[in-house]
Amino acid sequence: MELDPDDIFKDDEDDPDSEFYQQRESSKEFVVYLVDASPKMFSSTCPSEDGKEETHFHIAISCIAQSLKTQIINRSYDEVAICFFNTREKKNLQDLNAAFVFNVAEREYLDRPTARLIKDFDCIEESFMKDIGSQYGIVSGSRENSLYNALWIAQALLRKGSAKTADKRILLFTNEDDPFGSIKGVAKADMTRTTLQRAKDAQDLGISIELLPLSQPDEEFNVSLFYSDLIGLEGDELAQFMPSAGQKLQDMKDQLRKRMFTKRIVRRITLSIANGLSIELNTYALIRPTMPGAITWLDSVTNRPLKVMYFDILQTERSFICADTGALMQEPAKRYQPYKNDNIMLSVEELSEIKRVSTGHLHLLGFKPLSCLKDYHNMRPSTFIFPSDKEVIGSTCIFIALLRSMVRLKRFAVAFYGSSSRPQLVALVAQDEIISAGGQVEPPGMHMIYLPYSDDIHSNTNAGAPRATDDQIFRAASLIKRIDLKDFSVFQFANPGLQRHYAILQALALDEDDIPEINDETLPDEEGMARPGVVKAVEEFKLSVYGDNYDEESDMGNGKASDASKKRKTAAENAVKESANYNWPDLADNGQLKDLTVTELKYYLTANNLPVTGKKEVLISRILTHLGK
Amino acid sequence: MAGKGIRVIIISTFLLTLVIVSRARVGAAGDCPDCFRNCDYDTDCFEQCYELCLPPPLTRVDEVVGDATSSHGNSEISSPGNEDSLLQQAFALSHSLMARNKEGLVLLLDVGPTMHNALPEIKKVCSMLIQKKLIYGKFDEVGVVVFGTQETDNELTKEVGGYEHVVVLRNIKVVDGDLVDAFQELPRGNFDGDYLDAIVVGMDMLIKKYQATNKGKKRLCLITNALCPIKDSCEGTKEDQVGTIAAQMSAHGMKMESVIVRGRLSRDGDQRIMDENDRLLNIFSEKTSAKAVYVESPTALLGAIKTRNISPVTIFRGDLELGSNMKIKDFLIRSTTELGHPNLSAALWEHMRGPRFATHEVKVDYEYKSVEDPNKVVPPEQRIKGYRYGPQVVPISSAEWDAVKFKPEKSVKLLGFTDASNIMRHYYMKDVNIFIPEPGNARAALAVSALARAMKEMNKVAILRCVWRQGQGSVAVGVLTPNISEKDSTPDSFYFNILPFAEDVREFQFPSFSSFPASWQPNQQQQEAADNLVKMLDLAPSAKQEAVLPDFTPNPILERFYRHLELKSKHPDAVVPPLDETLKTITEADPDLLSEKKNVIDAFSKSFELKENPRLKKSSKLLLREKPSGSDEEVSYQDATNVLAVKPVKVEKIGDSSPVQDFEAMMSHRDSPDWVSKAIQDMKNKIYSLIENFYDGDNHGKALECLLALRKGCILEQAGLLYLLDVLVSKLEPKQFNDFLRHLFNVSQEKKLRNFYESLIPRGLTLISKSEAIDSEVTDDEARNFLVKKELKIE
Repeated sequence: MELDPDDIFKDDEDDPDSEFYQQRESSKEFVVYLVDASPKMFSSTCPSEDGKEETHFHIAISCIAQSLKTQIINRSYDEVAICFFNTREKKNLQDLNAAFVFNVAEREYLDRPTARLIKDFDCIEESFMKDIGSQYGIVSGSRENSLYNALWIAQALLRKGSAKTADKRILLFTNEDDPFGSIKGVAKADMTRTTLQRAKDAQDLGISIELLPLSQPDEEFNVSLFYSDLIGLEGDELAQFMPSAGQKLQDMKDQLRKRMFTKRIVRRITLSIANGLSIELNTYALIRPTMPGAITWLDSVTNRPLKVMYFDILQTERSFICADTGALMQEPAKRYQPYKNDNIMLSVEELSEIKRVSTGHLHLLGFKPLSCLKDYHNMRPSTFIFPSDKEVIGSTCIFIALLRSMVRLKRFAVAFYGSSSRPQLVALVAQDEIISAGGQVEPPGMHMIYLPYSDDIHSNTNAGAPRATDDQIFRAASLIKRIDLKDFSVFQFANPGLQRHYAILQALALDEDDIPEINDETLPDEEGMARPGVVKAVEEFKLSVYGDNYDEESDMGNGKASDASKKRKTAAENAVKESANYNWPDLADNGQLKDLTVTELKYYLTANNLPVTGKKEVLISRILTHLGK
Repeated sequence: MAGKGIRVIIISTFLLTLVIVSRARVGAAGDCPDCFRNCDYDTDCFEQCYELCLPPPLTRVDEVVGDATSSHGNSEISSPGNEDSLLQQAFALSHSLMARNKEGLVLLLDVGPTMHNALPEIKKVCSMLIQKKLIYGKFDEVGVVVFGTQETDNELTKEVGGYEHVVVLRNIKVVDGDLVDAFQELPRGNFDGDYLDAIVVGMDMLIKKYQATNKGKKRLCLITNALCPIKDSCEGTKEDQVGTIAAQMSAHGMKMESVIVRGRLSRDGDQRIMDENDRLLNIFSEKTSAKAVYVESPTALLGAIKTRNISPVTIFRGDLELGSNMKIKDFLIRSTTELGHPNLSAALWEHMRGPRFATHEVKVDYEYKSVEDPNKVVPPEQRIKGYRYGPQVVPISSAEWDAVKFKPEKSVKLLGFTDASNIMRHYYMKDVNIFIPEPGNARAALAVSALARAMKEMNKVAILRCVWRQGQGSVAVGVLTPNISEKDSTPDSFYFNILPFAEDVREFQFPSFSSFPASWQPNQQQQEAADNLVKMLDLAPSAKQEAVLPDFTPNPILERFYRHLELKSKHPDAVVPPLDETLKTITEADPDLLSEKKNVIDAFSKSFELKENPRLKKSSKLLLREKPSGSDEEVSYQDATNVLAVKPVKVEKIGDSSPVQDFEAMMSHRDSPDWVSKAIQDMKNKIYSLIENFYDGDNHGKALECLLALRKGCILEQAGLLYLLDVLVSKLEPKQFNDFLRHLFNVSQEKKLRNFYESLIPRGLTLISKSEAIDSEVTDDEARNFLVKKELKIE
């Protein structure tokens, strides 16, 4: 039983992260990317963000490359295969024509993504024509049907694993809305029928087929020609499908990002409104911090993973250590809290009983105007809730009615969320659906915002504060107008730390020497900031609040910050002086460093601007390292 | 003025000013040699002055409380230039830390007649306060003063007279268990208390106890309803008097919290007096670092007093860079919230073993063993970290990692401003920090104030890129929102929260509500009911105080935890107590509010109909079979919300438009026998609902068609013409139909739907007999007679 005393009141089982990111084997996803490689994919282009024309093939490839990189970080247990169709060469288990399954060494066709796969796939465009080639697979007069072949191959690949333990999906990239357009008469009807049947068979086996169509600016992909039947779109779905499948690269990437993760319900809960009226809701984790993966300890000699053994070192004499069995942990664990000169024992059951103040569901307390939700009323990432009629019919209707009222009246609901691990007050903020050209920007539903308790809120006390004058505010306003981020979206930045982390891992995994530089998107736009208009606005603002003769360096404020820094400075100067009294290399060579006191050792460290933390041995070794010994 | 109890303010000749208060005796007033002002001049007073007016150490009054990097007091032993200054600084620091961690608190409790209603809650909040101190601040010292009592017992009354009806229940001393119990016997007074007297008594206690030490950790906590007027002063107005006292309070670095009990907890008082008292108490808030809070509900009272004083942690100190040309000097970012779970880090593992159940402190240690050879222990120096990358584990040593990892420079840079509407509230990733100018730096405060006010006016927010510490391996992108201070004494500032990176966002597609079937859309009447509920179930009515305000809401679990600890300290076998009644308004809706708004709630409940999904068991089984998962709670991957997702062409439920076709399509799904039972179940529900709404002839024919289709389906399925995988299922089908038909007749009988079953006869719609389906238990005769019998019955 491996437990951490600090965990006692932390989220454990309800922490959405644990189940959301640490994928269990049982909820794997198998994906086959089917990419049309017909000459049309290479000849059609559409404008990218920076105005350059990019081929559809490039768009598809970069989308997949992007998703592979995300996948290896977040969901590396999922398995993936990439298959091109309408190719010159063929490579597949069935030996079918015009289909090529891309793969790298030490990997099955459908397998977890590896560093090598990502690396090679990144530069596939360079070698594509030479190694794989592009040609139309469906031509009149021949019985070949490359789309059929591709679906067959994908289905065969996805035979692996049972439908019970995995989500199986085919993601199909193409810009050909009428694949059998070149065929006429009976042959066309026949090919259409067999292809649709093939797709239906796959779907009956629990494989979902998703289409990512690429349109040209002047010619929209007509999904109703053929693909609506293949993927099973009807009525409204058909009308909604195309606006969401975009024209631009960015739209396409957005689409893929949205579909890459299957929507996973974190938890089913009910919201009890009043009078015993309870509606059914599902919760989803839409935003959670992504962390670098966990550390595994390895034996540096063999590079084999190590097993961690937990040991108890008992501090009293009468006890015994049974290190070999580890049986120490078998008794029910208890904790104690020192209280009034005594240690009060608390069993795990008692602690969970204390936390059980409510059923594990939401209890509506009432509504408040949105202005009551202050900016500091936030504890952790919000959770999204969406209604479900699965168990209680009528839930969705009530939810929609409440949501619309809340949006119109600009009010939010306050509820108590009695989860078993951390019961908390929450605000339910209604969110109307927002749709842009690229599809859904904000889904309709409510966001559950975790509120603090009174003891969680610090108050800051400060005395005496000047207020800005109207002129200063005016200057600030013109500055704000100058540096305006118009289309700012919260998730436009990739996390540079994480990107670097994985770039390093990828380079190491492939035994490469140089680690590619990553682009830190979070740095401010220096060029934009240097524009004369901006500089002028900054200068005016500066003049307005700081006055004429403001010297940034000399004006150190007058608080204790300067006292403290002066003190630090004096200490540093002192250390330099003291440090000069010793002959450090000599002391080091003669092993006499250990005879010095910690204070003496710190003179050297401070004088050389090194950290002064740690035990004496650490300090000594730091000095030795610095001296190059 | 004669005979009236008044206060006299004495200001000593020492630089440090202080308050002494005495009871004015007519004719005895004179000039105190040590005071600027006129007061009762007698030896008592002089000695009092002298004793209290000790010269303070020559340090400036430290206004920033709990600033993590500042060092307090004791400057004489850490004078720069001293040879051993490092050591001494360390000593000074630890000394001041110790002092800093010890709080001196005096509780001033109004127990006058108008307060009796609130006393039970006051007892609770005080006990809770002490219980928390027993855990988090074992060395804190607490004194208790009650006022509004008949008796008078305090030092000032002995020394200078006056201060009647103020009793010092307990002098300032270290918290202990007795104190918790002491609140249970809080006296009920029968005099109108004068809170200002109590404040002065409290200040006097703090000054005598700590003199000039313990700066910033001296606190007064006043709980009153401020319904009774304070006594007039002999000197100046009441405002002047309060002003002088406030000045003293601030000079001594004392803080005060006033909790003013109103609304439900109190009774109505003279509005004029209440206004006057509110104004007077407000003077404290303006002039000192005091704050006054008004509470109207018992729950808010429990949350109103800051029971734990955690100094905010400064997480960043440095400049805010507005481009490369301008820096706003000395910005601080401090946490505003603290995760509130009980910090049982002090609690160690405890194991019981052996017959004596001796307890031992246990330290957990780790040992690393090779997977191949479990007996081989790998020494620490031979271990190396490995990171997962896909199926590979990439080994890398810490040194190598440090050399190559992402190393941004410590800085906080402005990326730009954007419309507040671009940053939705649910993007906030963490608890909130406050971004304030360096205290004392007027220019920084001005710059912040100008920016914050301009942002507020224009409804903008700022986006920052932050690296808190040198050497940290990550950056954060966050949002600044303006926080315009309403109080003159606090500067304008910003709130800061972290925003997600692209990697942190899972963009799931959800169906539009407009794409849902009509039955899921609320009609106008339902929408109105919802509007009413949202409007009327109001937690922030304009006339009253906002309920369940996070700032005043205690953590019910923690309160329960402390109470349980207290009980267990007395009776080790105590069971966990139920949640306190007062705290129930946090976990459940307030019963008072519910009964007040009963009409609205009833109207709402009547407008909507909720029912259990009748096919729940089957369908959940179905889902289980298709997509099982580790735990019951996340069984479903597929549900109504997935309708927009592109899904297989498959009829999964029976719709309104073509029930018969849907039924047949479902019956012919071959991938799972469950479809058959689902189809039958759905069809039954359809027929039920058609019959339920049987007021016109329209549904009539439809129901009949459905019934016929169901009958046919049940026979076909049984006859083995189709899929016969699951014998159990198939066996049930004729029986299912027969049972259903019987039931249907009973229902329709109740509903007087005679012409419906009459129309069945010509169509031969009767029970499925043995000759039609081998598994049926119904004979031909029985089937034939079924309708006839029923008819007779009804006649």
